[in-house]
Amino acid sequence: MKKHHITLTVNGDEYDALVEPQQSLLDVLRDTLMLTGTKEGCATGDCGACSVTVDGVLQCACLMLGVEANGVHVETIEGMAQGADLHPLQKAFLVHNGLQCGICTPGVLVAAKALLERNPDPTEIEVRYWLAGNLCRCTGYDKLIQSVLVAAKEMRGA
Amino acid sequence: MAHDILENSGFAADRKLNIVGTNPIKHDGWDKVTGAAKFSSDVILPGMLVGKILRSPHAHAVIKSIDTSAAAKLAGVKAVVTGADFPQIKEGTPYGDMTRMVMAQEKVYHEGHPVAAVAATSESIAKKALKLIKVEYEVLPHVIDPVAAMQPDAPILHSYMRTKGAKPGDPKVSADRPSNVVERYELGVGDVEAGFAEADFIVERTFDTKPMHQGYIEPQSCIASCSEEGEIELWCCTQAPFVYRDRLSEILKVDGSKIKVQQSELGGGFGGKTAFYAEPVAIQLARKTRRPVKITFTRSEVFRGTGPVSGTQSRIKIGCKKDGTITAADAELIFQTGPYSGSAFTNAPQAMFTRYDLKNVRTVSYEVVSNRPKVASFRAPCVPQVVFGVEGIISELANKIGMDQIDFRMKNAMANGARTIYAETFGKIGFIETLEAAKACDHYRSPVPKGQGRGISTGFWFNRGGETSSTLNVAPDGSVTITIGTADVAGSRISISMMVAEELGIPVDKVRAVLADTHQLGFNRVTAGSRTTFSQGVVLVDCARKVIKEMSERAARIWKVPEEGVEFVNGSFRPAGANVGEFKPLTIADIAKQTTNSEGAIAARSDMNVTGAGPGFGCHIVDVAVDEETGAVEIKRYTVVEDAGKAIHPLQVEGQFQGGAVQGIGWALNEEYIFGEDGKMQNPGFLDYRMPVASDVPNIDTIIVEVPNPRHPFGLRGVGEVPVVPTMAAIANAIGDCIGIRPQSLPMSPPRMLQLIQARNAAKQ
Repeated sequence: MKKHHITLTVNGDEYDALVEPQQSLLDVLRDTLMLTGTKEGCATGDCGACSVTVDGVLQCACLMLGVEANGVHVETIEGMAQGADLHPLQKAFLVHNGLQCGICTPGVLVAAKALLERNPDPTEIEVRYWLAGNLCRCTGYDKLIQSVLVAAKEMRGA
Repeated sequence: MAHDILENSGFAADRKLNIVGTNPIKHDGWDKVTGAAKFSSDVILPGMLVGKILRSPHAHAVIKSIDTSAAAKLAGVKAVVTGADFPQIKEGTPYGDMTRMVMAQEKVYHEGHPVAAVAATSESIAKKALKLIKVEYEVLPHVIDPVAAMQPDAPILHSYMRTKGAKPGDPKVSADRPSNVVERYELGVGDVEAGFAEADFIVERTFDTKPMHQGYIEPQSCIASCSEEGEIELWCCTQAPFVYRDRLSEILKVDGSKIKVQQSELGGGFGGKTAFYAEPVAIQLARKTRRPVKITFTRSEVFRGTGPVSGTQSRIKIGCKKDGTITAADAELIFQTGPYSGSAFTNAPQAMFTRYDLKNVRTVSYEVVSNRPKVASFRAPCVPQVVFGVEGIISELANKIGMDQIDFRMKNAMANGARTIYAETFGKIGFIETLEAAKACDHYRSPVPKGQGRGISTGFWFNRGGETSSTLNVAPDGSVTITIGTADVAGSRISISMMVAEELGIPVDKVRAVLADTHQLGFNRVTAGSRTTFSQGVVLVDCARKVIKEMSERAARIWKVPEEGVEFVNGSFRPAGANVGEFKPLTIADIAKQTTNSEGAIAARSDMNVTGAGPGFGCHIVDVAVDEETGAVEIKRYTVVEDAGKAIHPLQVEGQFQGGAVQGIGWALNEEYIFGEDGKMQNPGFLDYRMPVASDVPNIDTIIVEVPNPRHPFGLRGVGEVPVVPTMAAIANAIGDCIGIRPQSLPMSPPRMLQLIQARNAAKQ
C-alpha cells in the first residue's frame, strides 16, 4: 500500500513517518514512533485510553488519521513529566492511589491536564463530566477524581 | 511437605507494625504515570510479524472446508494456520475442548469463533489475507438462551454430551440422550420440607441476570517467538502464566520446560485473563515462520471472542418465622457457559446463602452450553448473580415481618464455628462485626432523602490460598528482591513488599518485587479468588523468616557466640542478653555486606500450597433515585462495608471496594450482551455496551472492618471478590424501596425500568 510522508512534532521533538492512508495517529505514535505510552482500548473513540493533545486540543488519537497529523504538534503522556520531575497530576495519582492497573492512566492524565489548563478550579462534578470520556474499570473513579482535585488545588497554590 | 507457617502463622494481635497499615506509593506506579510501563501490546521484538484471526460469522455451523491457498500466496503473508495445524485431541476432553475454543476444528460454536489465522509483515496485509481465506460452512440451527437450550427439541451442540450427575425423575436432564446440560449439581443440608412447614412467611421468586463482560481496558495481546531449537517464548497479559504454560504444553504437545511465559503489566483482568485465546495461535504462527508474531485483539474481538460472565436464571424460595429465624431455603439455578463447560458454577450454590446459619437448604444447579462466547471468571464467579435473588427475598421477608433490614440479617448471621452447607467449619469470621459496622455508620443511620429509596445487601466469598512459589534474595547491600510468579492485577506488588519489609524491619523502599517468567519459579496457581496477597504474604514471610534465621547464624559466627545468643529485633541482630557479650547490633545490610562473599548469597525460597484463607463478608448500603419519566436510575449514595482481616495498604483495599462496587453498578444498570435472531452479538463496542463512566457514579464510601484471620502472619483476608457480590441486589432493593416494585431481572436499564413502572401502575388501577 502506498505510504505518505508526514512530519510532526511530538512532545517538542520533530519526527518523520511513512504512514498508510488508513492508519490512525495512534498507530503512528505506537507502531511507527514507538511511543507506546498512549494506549489503545477500543480504537473507536469510546474509552479515552489514547487521549493526546493535538495543537493544544484534547483528542482521541485513534480518531485522527496519521496523514492528517502532518505538521501538527502532539503532546502525549511521555511529555508530561519534565525529566525526573513529575507533573502535580502524576504525583497526586501516585500518592492518592488514583490508579490500579494503570492502563487507562496515561489517557486520564492527559485529559485531566487539558481540563486544568482550561479550568484550574473545577468542581468534582466538572471533573467527573470532563473525564466521562475516559473509561476506568479498576478504581470506580473515586480515587482518580480525588487525585485530580488534589492536583488542581496544589497547582493553584491553594 | 509440612510447613510450620501453615500451622502457626505467628499472628499476634498486639504486634507493633511500622509499615503494614500505611499507604506507601506503589513501586510500579512511577512507570504507570509516565507511560513507561510495558503492557502486553507495548512489547516490540525485532522482525516481528502481525497476526490476525479470521472468525466465524455464524453462531453454529459445520466447517466443510477451508481454502487458504490464495491467502498464503499474498505477498507479505508468511504463514496461515487453521485447526488442522494444531495437535488433534479428542473433543469432549478438557484439552480437546480447550484447543477447539482457541481454533475451531469440526464446527464453529459461536459468532466470533476463530477458524483461521495469518501472520504477515503488516496489519493491512494480514487483514487483506483474511479476506482471501475461503471457508465453506453448513449452517446449523443455533440456541442462545440457556433455558431454550435445555428444551428437548433444542439444537444440540455436542452429540456426545450426556449430563453429568443426571438424576432419574428430573425431566430437565437425562443420562441417556444428548443434552446441552453439562452437569446437574445438587447441594444441601437438612430437611427443606420440614423447614418450610415451620415457616410463618415464605417468599418465592424467579430471577434473571445477564452476562456482563469483565471490561478490562487492555485488549488481549501477546507476542510469541520460537528459537531454532524449538524453545518458545511468550509475552502476554495474563493472570496465570504458569497455568498458561502447562495448558500450552498439553494442547501443543511441547515440554513445559521449553515454554517460557513472561507476563507483561496487566491492564485489568478481573478473572477474564485466566484463560488464553490468541496465545496458542501466535505460537503456532511463530513456529511456522520462526519469527516473532504479535496478535492484538480489537475491542470487538474482545467482546465476541473472549469470555463474559455467566448469565443465570434462578428460582429461589426462603421461609422464616415471625421472629425472623430463617427456617428453610430452596433454589434452582441455571448457568450459561458458552460452548463448553467452564463457568465454575458450583461456587454459586455453595456461597449464595453462606453468611446465614441455615439448617435446611436445597439447591439444584445446571450448567448449560449454548452458542455464545465461552464464559470466563469474573470476581466471585457466578455468585453475585444468585445473591441478586437471595438478598431480594431476604429484604422482602424483613419487610414482611417488620424487622430492621440489618437486624434480620444479624438474627440469622453465621458466627465463629458455623458450619457451611459445603461442610466447612469456619474459624474466626467477621460477618457479625461487618453488620454491626454497617448499622453504626452514618449512611445507614441517616434518614432516606425524600424521593429516594435505600437498599442493603450482604455478600460472602470463600477467599483462596493455593500453590505459590516465590524467592527472596538479599543483595550484598542489604536491599531485597522478591521474585513472584503470581500476577499483579491491581497493585499487589506493593502490599506484598510491605509485608516483607515489615517482617525484615527494613524500609519498604528497600524491597523490590519482580514478576517472574515461568522458567524462574515453581508452579503458581492462577491469580484469582482473592488469593494472591494472602498467599504471597504467607510464602514470603516464610522466606523472610528463613533469611532472618540464616543471618542470625551468621551474626553468631561473626561474634563467635552460640546462635541462641543472637536475637532479631526491629531490623537488627543483637546479643540476646548481657551475658552474651557486648557487640554492636548488626543490620541486615551489615551482615549481607560482611558475609555474602565468604559464606554465599543470603536467599530463601518457599513453595507451598497455602491454606488458611479467611472467608470474607461485606455489606453494601445504597440510595437511589428513579426518574419515572425516563426510567433512569441514579446512584445517589453508596457505602461499602467489608472485613479485610487486616488492611495491609488501606488505600489499595478501599480501591478494591470502590472498583468492585462500580463494576456491580454497571452490571446492575446497563451491561448485557444483546444477540440478534441470527445469533450475532449486536453491541460489541463500548458505545453500545455501556460501562459506567465517571459522571455516572458518586464517590463510593468505604468502611474497612478488621477481624484478623489468625492463619495469616498479619491477619489478612482477601478483599477482591466480595465487593461486587452484594451490589446488584443492593441496588435492586433500593429501587424497590423507591418505586414500590423490586426488579427481578438485570440490567435495570431505562427501558426495563419503564416496563416495570408501567406494570406497577397497571396493577394499581
